[in-house]
Amino acid sequence: MISEQTLPPWETERRLVDRIENVTTNPAYGSYPEDRVLSRYIKFGVICVDKPKGPTSHQVTDMVRNITGVDHVGHGGTLEAGEIPQYQVCYRYC
Amino acid sequence: MGAGKEYVCLMRLHEKVEEDRLKEALSMFTGDIYQVPPVRSAISRKLRIRTVYRVDLIEVEGKDVLLKIACSGGTYIRKYCYDIGLFLGVGAHMQELRRIRVGPFSEKESFTLHEVYRAFKVLNEGGDEKDVRKVVKPVEYALSSLPKVYMLDSAVGSICNGADLAVTGIAKLSEGIRRGDLVTMLTLKGEIVALGKALMTSEDMMEKESGIAVDVERVIMEKGLYPSIWKGKKHKLGYY
Repeated sequence: MISEQTLPPWETERRLVDRIENVTTNPAYGSYPEDRVLSRYIKFGVICVDKPKGPTSHQVTDMVRNITGVDHVGHGGTLEAGEIPQYQVCYRYC
Repeated sequence: MGAGKEYVCLMRLHEKVEEDRLKEALSMFTGDIYQVPPVRSAISRKLRIRTVYRVDLIEVEGKDVLLKIACSGGTYIRKYCYDIGLFLGVGAHMQELRRIRVGPFSEKESFTLHEVYRAFKVLNEGGDEKDVRKVVKPVEYALSSLPKVYMLDSAVGSICNGADLAVTGIAKLSEGIRRGDLVTMLTLKGEIVALGKALMTSEDMMEKESGIAVDVERVIMEKGLYPSIWKGKKHKLGYY
């Protein structure tokens, strides 16, 4: 039995190291993720949905598709069938 | 996939157990545990190892036990409860389960479908886009738990067109990348360009002068956002 306590990944921080120092990026190309034009922001977006007990993940994904009008919608989590209120992520891009 | 999860779980013991014994059992069931996927599961039923980072005993009432479990992806909580029951010798099963975290997303940052609907309704009726920007998060956020490799502006165009990432194109990177790790490739503005498999460790990427650092598996950014510098015309990138 290994009893060492490891921290969950969301609590561990990865440090960044510079390979090339003082690099800059040209503001003419691309944009910071938060500043994308709305249509692109939604297209390359993720929604964290608090899913109620009733509808299936598939149905919720479809509802999100209808609400947002984005063609490509997927979800990133399902529990075993017949479970109680769960929490899941719907994401969509492309 | 593979992201850490956090659950609140109601476990029902089949007989009453003293709290001390229960606590002892839970401490045994933290760290790396063996687990055989349950009979009804979508994957092959082979013994595998999963990590339980933390188990908190929230409440005990008779045979009902409320737990908060932080574990790695692919841990079956139903099986976890059943195994604890076996260990205690009384039997147990999972009564209710709610996931409260997937990777960087915790329950507090989740939105109900009504809130999502409202935000988009406001937008579609010509209102403010503020709520939509609050409900929707950039994809980069969902991938923020993966190790990162930041590339120079000059490398972005070629990656979008299918090239692999060479060390010379790397500006900065996360520490502790191992060979074969899934990494996110970002621009210096923090936009996701692609996902790929590391072919070198972080140290190698820092030290080596040439060679392919990351094998690109999935390109996410569309072409044309950054210039293709290998095409004849001289692009004035104005940096590096």
